[in-house]
Amino acid sequence: MKYYLLSVMQPVGEPPAPEILAEIGKRLDVFHQELREAGAWVFAGGLHGPESSTVLRPHDGDVLVTDGPYAEGKEMLGGICLIKASDLDVALEWGRKAALATTLPIEVRPFMHEAEADGS
Amino acid sequence: MAPDVEAVFRAEYGRAVSVLVRFLGDIDLAEEAVQDAFATAVQRWPATGVPPSPAGWIITTARNRAIDRLRRESSREARHAEAALLHAADTPAEEGPVRDDRLRLIFTCCHPALALQAQVALTLRLLGGLGTDRIARAFLVPEPTMAQRLVRAKAKIRDARIPYRVPRDADLPDRLNGVLAVAYLIFNEGYEGSPELCAEAVRLGRLLAELMPDEPEVTGLLALMLLIESRRTARQDEGGALVPLPEQDRDCWDRDLITEGQALVRRCLRRNQPGPYQIQAAIQAVHSDATTADATDWSQILQLYDQLMALAPSPVVALNRAVAVAEVSGPAAALTLVDALDLARYRVFHAVRADLLRRLDRTAEALAAYDAAIALSENPAERAYLERVRRAL
Repeated sequence: MKYYLLSVMQPVGEPPAPEILAEIGKRLDVFHQELREAGAWVFAGGLHGPESSTVLRPHDGDVLVTDGPYAEGKEMLGGICLIKASDLDVALEWGRKAALATTLPIEVRPFMHEAEADGS
Repeated sequence: MAPDVEAVFRAEYGRAVSVLVRFLGDIDLAEEAVQDAFATAVQRWPATGVPPSPAGWIITTARNRAIDRLRRESSREARHAEAALLHAADTPAEEGPVRDDRLRLIFTCCHPALALQAQVALTLRLLGGLGTDRIARAFLVPEPTMAQRLVRAKAKIRDARIPYRVPRDADLPDRLNGVLAVAYLIFNEGYEGSPELCAEAVRLGRLLAELMPDEPEVTGLLALMLLIESRRTARQDEGGALVPLPEQDRDCWDRDLITEGQALVRRCLRRNQPGPYQIQAAIQAVHSDATTADATDWSQILQLYDQLMALAPSPVVALNRAVAVAEVSGPAAALTLVDALDLARYRVFHAVRADLLRRLDRTAEALAAYDAAIALSENPAERAYLERVRRAL
């Protein structure tokens, strides 16, 4: 088993209307439940916007603190979902479900470390 | 490489790599082991002669080389792989699983998570045994670029764990389309001037047809490539200019390829599961049937294009259909269809328009259309032909 990170690529700016968000939330609950039942669930969560970010930079043995995201862009990391899967095809299948649930692009990326097949 | 070894290499490289990937779980290790085995063959075979089963010899030798290599390492993965190899050493090298191994390797090379260019390069490298330098030359990219592309693709297969298996039935149609697209892309790339790539695509087509005899689109693609390939020598004149189909000397067509291609078309159409490759092959078969250009059964070709438009509509298919319409209903009707297409960046669009305008005696417009086609044409043979026709106006 391998760990894969599913990243939700969210446009920066106004969020969708509350009723649309509620619909997406419901679909995500179903998706997360499916992950749990399949034993693929590790962790998932949405992130506050880039305006809530803080960046720390090493500088001459000290660390500089700056307000805001590391990189300004039209998209941001809106949330992550960490899963376990036996191979990329399985991970992409989960990614496809995540894309349909969130209505947003999903980036699927493997972790370097192996996941244990039993437990996490 | 000695001629004997070279021939075995080209024929058996993909087979050997595909078997070793299953044992080793790693493409780079598999390639190294197979290359080691061929290096040994180069030293030994001149003295001992080619063994009765060269493929079996290569696979067995590669397996032993891989075991030696793994013994020198001591990681857990290495011990694991070594155990698998030793276990597998008892099984004959050329039984059923080998067929599956090559299919697995094809589907791994053509995995949709890899960029199309990477799929093409991997397929030519791992299944065709083509050197990086030759693949780079065929696609007109610098060799280091191509080497980098292959390294990245192999790393992604390993790191993202792209599985080494034939897709489930539910995914097979989609995934098979991807494989066929890669084979046809290699063929079309070769059509523009690299006979070696065309031969490689036909070889791949034959392999796919052998491995998946029950997939009519696979048979259709092979038939399509054979029928187009049958006109290779007729397609260029002494000066290297393109000779379009109606003007070709049909005595120069390769009768054996036509016979084989037409038999395949008949075989897959009997299954009554038409698809885009089968219909395109059927269109080529109708052309191959005509002993002279005037004898071409254009109404049958038009019917086939109607079918193709229903199954896989695209502006390019509509353009080709218009060429058939011109033969059945005249150039004016065809021009109306062509002018409705949004293909201004496609050189063939301008060449077809130019021809129709010429036939309608609208010379000034025809000249402008020829100029547009010539400006977009990157192929010297094609440009030479277009310039000749333009001059004749």
